[in-house]
Amino acid sequence: MTPQEKTLQSNIPEGAIHEKWDKHRFNMKLVNPANKRKYSVIIVGTGLAGASAAASMGELGYRVKAFTLLDSPRRAHSIAAQGGINAAKNYQNDGDSIYRLFYDTVKGGDFRAREANVYRLAQVSNEIIDQCVAQGVPFAREYGGYLGNRSFGGAQVSRTFYARGQTGQQLLLGAYSALMRQVAAKTVEMHPRTEMLDVIVEDGVARGIITRNLVTGEIEAHTADAVVLATGGYARLWYLSTNAMGCNVTAAWRAHRKGAFFANPCMAQIHPTCIPVGLHKQSKLTLMSESLRNDGRVWVPKKEGDKRPANQIPEDERDYYLERRYPAFGNLVPRDVASRAAQVVCNEGRGVGETGQAVYLDFAEAIGRVGKATITAKYGNLFDMYQRITDEDPYTVPMRIFPALHYTMGGLWVDYNLMSNLPGLFVLGEANFSDHGANRLGASALMQGLADGYFVIPYTIAGYLAGVKPGQVGPDAAVSKEGIKTSEAHFKTLVEMNGKAPVDDFHRELGQVMWDHCGMARNAEGLKKAKEMIPEIRERFWKESRVLGNGREFNQALEYAGRVADFMELGELAVDDALNRTESCGCHFREESQTEEGEAKRDDENFTYVAAWEWKGEGKPWELHKEQLDFEEVKPSTRSYK
Amino acid sequence: MSDQKMNLTLKIWRQSGPTAKGALKTYELKGVSEHQSFLEMIDQLNDELVRKGEEQVAFESDCREGICGACGCMVNGQAHGPDKGITLCQLHMRTFSDGDTIVIEPFRAKAFPVIRDLVVDRRALDRIMMAGGYVTVRTGQAPDAHAVPIPQEKAEKAMDAAACIGCGACVASCKNASAMLFLSAKASQYAHLPQGQPERKDRAMRMIMTHDLLGFGNCTNESECQSACPKEISVKNISLLNRDYARATVTLENVSG
Repeated sequence: MTPQEKTLQSNIPEGAIHEKWDKHRFNMKLVNPANKRKYSVIIVGTGLAGASAAASMGELGYRVKAFTLLDSPRRAHSIAAQGGINAAKNYQNDGDSIYRLFYDTVKGGDFRAREANVYRLAQVSNEIIDQCVAQGVPFAREYGGYLGNRSFGGAQVSRTFYARGQTGQQLLLGAYSALMRQVAAKTVEMHPRTEMLDVIVEDGVARGIITRNLVTGEIEAHTADAVVLATGGYARLWYLSTNAMGCNVTAAWRAHRKGAFFANPCMAQIHPTCIPVGLHKQSKLTLMSESLRNDGRVWVPKKEGDKRPANQIPEDERDYYLERRYPAFGNLVPRDVASRAAQVVCNEGRGVGETGQAVYLDFAEAIGRVGKATITAKYGNLFDMYQRITDEDPYTVPMRIFPALHYTMGGLWVDYNLMSNLPGLFVLGEANFSDHGANRLGASALMQGLADGYFVIPYTIAGYLAGVKPGQVGPDAAVSKEGIKTSEAHFKTLVEMNGKAPVDDFHRELGQVMWDHCGMARNAEGLKKAKEMIPEIRERFWKESRVLGNGREFNQALEYAGRVADFMELGELAVDDALNRTESCGCHFREESQTEEGEAKRDDENFTYVAAWEWKGEGKPWELHKEQLDFEEVKPSTRSYK
Repeated sequence: MSDQKMNLTLKIWRQSGPTAKGALKTYELKGVSEHQSFLEMIDQLNDELVRKGEEQVAFESDCREGICGACGCMVNGQAHGPDKGITLCQLHMRTFSDGDTIVIEPFRAKAFPVIRDLVVDRRALDRIMMAGGYVTVRTGQAPDAHAVPIPQEKAEKAMDAAACIGCGACVASCKNASAMLFLSAKASQYAHLPQGQPERKDRAMRMIMTHDLLGFGNCTNESECQSACPKEISVKNISLLNRDYARATVTLENVSG
């Protein structure tokens, strides 16, 4: 066996798919209760995955240190998830099951996710709902007092649990409250406003992290027996996205530069229902929950260049293109399909609004059917949000929506235990690549974050820790001091950038190149162009940006510069990955690979693998490692939502 | 969609560090679009400042969708600005007119020391949460989610209270700098649910004791907090909490923790 093959062992347990996790939990070593306090664990990021992991491991008795760059764990970007969380409870008696949730997720991911991981995700989904209800998460309920559900894109059952349009907020506050309980109990030491800059690696094993205190600027080393990254996704690589301003790839990217493989970086989800880009200089985009597609109907005028207001376009001159093209799923097709279909009609010149880059999401029919009050009860806060941003009333004028970057399926490569190829470095939630393949279904991100944090990592980390001696590297070790020096030097370079332009200029430019050439549709020509443009932007970024102030203070421009510097490198890798994958799958649409009807055409023979890239050093090409995916349960077929 | 451009005079609190002396500084900003959000307007100012070689105004924001609670300043003396029921990031410039003067200051309270410019340290709110803002249940202990039905009305009331985003506007708007709206929102979320009953009195007691120790003031029922709250959390939560607190003082023998 070559070392290369060895590093990409997915460590999927033996046995039938429904027995793997149970058997694995039994076979893994345990750390006895008295020994747990000898082990320390660092958790970076306190969103759903990080907060739930920190709370659960604190409860078990490990010494946990949790880090967030925000002022409080309660603000992590998980909080912005609106729609809901999936679980296979089958409370609706509509034919749901663990197997069906598993099946839908594998199919929804266009057969590029790892079956065993997805099955485990579906298995633990039910426990998540139980846990959250016990914490006091106020999910929506029916009159009888039992939990309500709604349906989401890519599924024909109602399995989504929700708390108005604020499901992410309520789940995060649940995890946050559990975390704060552990902080009070002193099992978790909380470090807010602290950004991770690097991983400490000795002899190929992760031993800690280098951090910067965002208030004082102090750069420090923290060591532990295992490091867990739960640092979210990198959609802000595209600049305009629905992600929060602080979302960044730095933690994952710095781990990548220290040897952790980055998997499927080109796989980014473009969410179909966002408020379109306007004409002024925007800082971000706003999502309108996918749940709106339960009642809203998507359409554009049949005629090209039809500039009449929506209410003056008669019914027979409207094209409800999702219902027309996909009669079985209609407006509830998965996100990748809905997004591409919107782009197609806009490319045909049938887009609406002043930019022509938007489609209508119309509630007139639903309001006529169930009444305005019902629609208000279901979506009132979303309608208000829309009105505030656009100054238009969606009860009387159809919403204008357009796809926007929303989530990244790619991330650090992990095995079945959620451990990266660097022993001791675990990666949870959106930061890893594992469960969503080439496309994530709605309401599955919250499920994965909490599954990883509450119910997977507490077991698999024990399996790792039981085999290591605690406390091998301390903050005063040579390797830790060396790490501090390297990060200090990096920040010195950043703070000394003495051009004329704000960092934002270059981030915006990078994002535009990514959107134009590595966005909703990609082709070899555009990608090659992007590959030439990105290093050129990066060079100008280092030469022409300006960071004022110094490194020993609260300095937001400096923080931002560090994050943009890392996006500059990731952009190039994402383009490489998109170039390499000449097939279309899920959200990755290569124009060269489509069916006659314009649907994504996979190439299973050549691309049924996870592309995991190894950093070889600055200016050197990345090395590709492949993890072949075996589909034993769900045979890859052409995804059809017709 | 028309686009009115406006010219503004901004008076912004600048303070280089926690112990430095701060002052209002005046800036003229031209060509602001009515479609810009308030924070995008400050982005524009910062962009211009950096090009001129001046340090940007530090302010906090993250989701810019009104849910994370990171943003918030006093705008012309009002927390999150003049519009009701929204956070600062949701305020759009169409609320203002050409020629307006806008005064922008940090949320001020003894328990919220300034870190820099408009950024304040709100960790005191996390400390209140640590004192009892949770249901004591370990991962894995939960029964089936349907084991206890909860009347819809109760669940809705719990959700109304749970909508709090922890931004601190209530504290900044209160003349006593009290955080009672914040803490009562969390306490009554649990008080409305069966899961919150076992620790109900203990929670009320511990959270209030911690609140007072942290330097927040007392509530004197002026309801400024309710009008400033971007999530329109009701002061009824404070009444409910006060009842629980009163019961706790009478019946609790020992407060744990």
